[in-house]
Amino acid sequence: MLGLVIFAIIALIAVIIVQLSKVSDLAAAIKGEEESKVQANNRTAFWLVIFMIVFLVMSVTSALYYKDSMLGYGPHGAASAHGGSIDSLFNVTLFFTGIVFILTQIVLFWFAYKYREQKGRKAVFFPHNTTLELIWTGVPAVVMVYLVVKGLFVWNATMSDVQPGEEYIEIEATGYQFAWDIRYPGADGLIGTKHFTLIDPATNPLGQDWSDEKNIDDFMAQDIVLPVNRKVRVAINSKDVLHNFYLPHFRVKMDAVPGLPTYFIFTPIKTTEEYRQGLKDYPEWQAPADESEPDGPQRWEAFDYELACAELCGKGHYSMRKVVKIVSEEEYEEWLATQQSFYMSNIRNTEADPFKGELLGYEINKRKGELESQFAAVMADTANVGQIINLEHVFFKTGSAELSDNSKYELDNVAGFLKQNKSISVELGGHTDSQGDDSNNQILSQSRADAVLGYLSKKGIGSNRLTAQGYGEASPVETNDTAEGRQANRRTELKITSK
Amino acid sequence: MAELITTYDTDVIIAENGYDDHFHEHHHGDKYQSGFIHHYIFSMDHKIIARQFLITGIFWAIIGAAMSIIFRMQLGFPEESMTWLKPLLGKWIVVDDTGMGTLAPEFYYALVTMHGTILVFFVLTAGLSGTFSNLLIPLQLGARDMASPFLNMLSYWFFFTAGVVMFYSLFLNTGPFSGGWTAYPPLSALPQASTGSGTGMTLWLVSLTLFVVSVLLGGVNYITTVLNLRTQGMTLWRMPLTIWAFFVTAILGLLSFPVLASGFFMLIFDRSLGTSFFLSDIFIEGQALDRVGGTPILYQHLFWFLGHPEVYIIILPAMGLSSEVLSVHARKPIFGYKAMVLSILAIGFLSFIVWAHHMFMSGVNPFISNFFVIFTLIIAVPSAIKVFNWITTLWGGNIRLNSAMLFAIGFVSMFISGGLTGIFLGNSAIDIQMHDTYFVVAHFHIVMGIAAFFGMFAGIYHWYPKMFGRFMSETMGKIHFWGTLIGAYAIFWPMHYIGMAGVPRRYYSFDAFDAFRHFTDMNKFITVAAIIVFFLQLLFVLNFFYSIWKGKKMTTRNPWEATTLEWTTPIDAGHGNWPGKIPSVHRWPYDYNKDEREYVPQHIPMVEGEEAGDH
Repeated sequence: MLGLVIFAIIALIAVIIVQLSKVSDLAAAIKGEEESKVQANNRTAFWLVIFMIVFLVMSVTSALYYKDSMLGYGPHGAASAHGGSIDSLFNVTLFFTGIVFILTQIVLFWFAYKYREQKGRKAVFFPHNTTLELIWTGVPAVVMVYLVVKGLFVWNATMSDVQPGEEYIEIEATGYQFAWDIRYPGADGLIGTKHFTLIDPATNPLGQDWSDEKNIDDFMAQDIVLPVNRKVRVAINSKDVLHNFYLPHFRVKMDAVPGLPTYFIFTPIKTTEEYRQGLKDYPEWQAPADESEPDGPQRWEAFDYELACAELCGKGHYSMRKVVKIVSEEEYEEWLATQQSFYMSNIRNTEADPFKGELLGYEINKRKGELESQFAAVMADTANVGQIINLEHVFFKTGSAELSDNSKYELDNVAGFLKQNKSISVELGGHTDSQGDDSNNQILSQSRADAVLGYLSKKGIGSNRLTAQGYGEASPVETNDTAEGRQANRRTELKITSK
Repeated sequence: MAELITTYDTDVIIAENGYDDHFHEHHHGDKYQSGFIHHYIFSMDHKIIARQFLITGIFWAIIGAAMSIIFRMQLGFPEESMTWLKPLLGKWIVVDDTGMGTLAPEFYYALVTMHGTILVFFVLTAGLSGTFSNLLIPLQLGARDMASPFLNMLSYWFFFTAGVVMFYSLFLNTGPFSGGWTAYPPLSALPQASTGSGTGMTLWLVSLTLFVVSVLLGGVNYITTVLNLRTQGMTLWRMPLTIWAFFVTAILGLLSFPVLASGFFMLIFDRSLGTSFFLSDIFIEGQALDRVGGTPILYQHLFWFLGHPEVYIIILPAMGLSSEVLSVHARKPIFGYKAMVLSILAIGFLSFIVWAHHMFMSGVNPFISNFFVIFTLIIAVPSAIKVFNWITTLWGGNIRLNSAMLFAIGFVSMFISGGLTGIFLGNSAIDIQMHDTYFVVAHFHIVMGIAAFFGMFAGIYHWYPKMFGRFMSETMGKIHFWGTLIGAYAIFWPMHYIGMAGVPRRYYSFDAFDAFRHFTDMNKFITVAAIIVFFLQLLFVLNFFYSIWKGKKMTTRNPWEATTLEWTTPIDAGHGNWPGKIPSVHRWPYDYNKDEREYVPQHIPMVEGEEAGDH
């Protein structure tokens, strides 16, 4: 019904306009074609000038009015090192084009007014003028050369890749329908390899190749957190269609292309907090961030840098948001410490782990360090006997006394220690949990202790310095009611018997 | 000097001085005219085909503009219910329990995509260049018809068929294609990437392939006609700027559309034959695609190798039409005719070596961009020459400010405003920030959307009497002009600010982003302006069709006192355009106020002692 009414109104308006036009054309005919034409021409010419004035005034005042909400003006300076040069190039271009814009619009409409048709006037025959034409070929050409040269300097400085040996943080952004995955390289500073055929949305969203040790410490971050004043290289990828990694506040934009890794390098120069302080003094930023909560944080307090997608990627294109946090170096280190490696929390020792059941290089090194400090503590201890070291990395195959391959690192370290300190004798104690038959456990623990002793003798430690003792399930260190407790109870201990 | 004649009896002059091509001694012409079907539908007469292109273009312009109104309502008034559109859009309006109807995001993107495709190809390519190249090339050159009237007819019917296919795709259950008018793969290559990339995309490709055929058939014809069918005395340097513009436009189309077609074929292969020209390393819908080795950027190169010349295919005819209208109604020769021609040629040439400026941020080697920046910004020079020459054409004139002239002046204003923002975007460093923001939307809509429309309107108001033997209403024309001029700036000027704030284009909603969501007032303003401008265009359509039957009749054959040959034909010109001989040409097309005579048409012989206007 409403539609019908609207349609009727529109039809009515159309009829009215047609009739009015007819009337005005008729009136013109009555007044005399010539005279009314002259009048209409004068009227139109007048309005052209009025339009020109209003248009130019509006364009300048609206620009000033909206200045503070535009990037590059008011509180919205670039938050990256290269951003300022882009903004200044923008302003230089605005200066030149602004002059041309205002002058040409004035002249265009003014001529249309001034040279409107008038009775008895004859138009000037002015087909061309070489000097004039040379001037307006030459002047734009010179201005263009200036803008091109300036522009290309900024462009090449911004887009050049990192040089070998340069200090930078590399992170990786992977776009997909309709979100971003952000990956950090972890302690080694290197992003591990990945391949799209390895992707499994549940267990391996990026398709990381777990046989590449660079992947072991890589972690996925909820937000992009970066330290201020450090150069960042973002490796940009896509899993499915084109996306675009766009950080408006940092003047960063680059397509994410499946099959073609791209990158963008930038240096954040303002922390989120500093940027908020810059916004604070502007009235439009002092409104509540959430209108339904008038007492909540103000807009400037709730401000965050944002990552958006700027290449049409499907129906959810408008929703690919991530928060970017620029923090101080200390805060960054703190944050890094809280992040969990994806491999360690999701992959380690699952079926997908190519290193399942094996010790990883860094684990071996870490354990070596721990053991060394325990040995050092033993040596520094004034008591001559009784210190116990739990040999955490001595493992046996389940239910057997056969040492697993992984045990060699720990036992080699023990052998090294005993070789260096010839006066020391030790007892190797085997312990089990309470599962199974008591006497069997006793026998198992003894044979495990013997196996360790055997390995150390083979490494050249005199058997007079070693004893092996099976304790069965007699001395647990934890409860035997839980799996974790039982695991702690199954252990091999090294006890100093003389020094 | 001999006594100057200031009124011209065209028939006598042509009979005395014209060139006899013995056209009317053959009777083959009659079959073009006999019967309704041959006269009005499968016509081979260039004047009818021009009108067919124009009316089809108007149909598509209404559809394309209406689509923009629907998605503008989503952008300006996302909180308002759109349930009232449900009878029209059906399932694409999702109504929740409270009766609140919202536009489905898929359909929003389909509308944006169709708006772009329709306006760029169907309206501003076929509707503009198709209409006026057909109408004016034979008439202004003194030719009986196109070199091949049959190919010319085919050209229209391929366009028509392309339109039918595209129109059909609007009603698909999965919706029309929704991946942007540029149809970048992989989004356009993989049906699983988007609902519109299924049948909708197939039909899009079929339709545009048919369209490419149409453009090529038309282009071959325009070029051949310009080169071979000029009347006696019509040297290349005596051709009006309209013809120069259509000529270069046709060359651009002929050289660039086949490249687009090759890109389309590769895309079709990727979609249906299992190739991977544009695909590699893709994991989608829970599966890794087994096709590797291609790159989506190849498609972008092929697309923009057409895509950039395409914007000149759109704007050059508008430039030509406006140049002509400015000159006729200022009663002055166009200033710097040769510079204008050379500028058209320079722009045409440069348009082929700037395509990658659409791809600065797409992952091409940044070093390559250096060249494209240089060539792109060089285009500013011929463009500036043209603007200054148009303005100087007004200087010292005796200007009739009728609807056609107003739109031509509006064209220059729009071309300046939109052209200058191109200098920002062509500089790759600024493009880092501005690429794919509303700044780009503002730029190209003003410079090749609105400006091209203004050129087209100038052409329609000016040549309407030639097409239909009647005038359009001046009163409605002026309402149309003022509303459109103010309205178009009201729509697109604020978009510069939104773009400078970093807001990306092609966003269904801005709410998710703190940086983008604070422009609701501006978005409302733009939408209201767009709705008003849309209805003003309906007023134009009303004026157009009303005037066909009821407009003021044309009583003299040269109502604008213009110099070009189309005004020497009878008011109701039949097939072959001139009843007897064809006029021969004795001068350039811009002899306005050269001597005591107010204007001297091209077919008037030089009098003794007279110096040529273009010396």
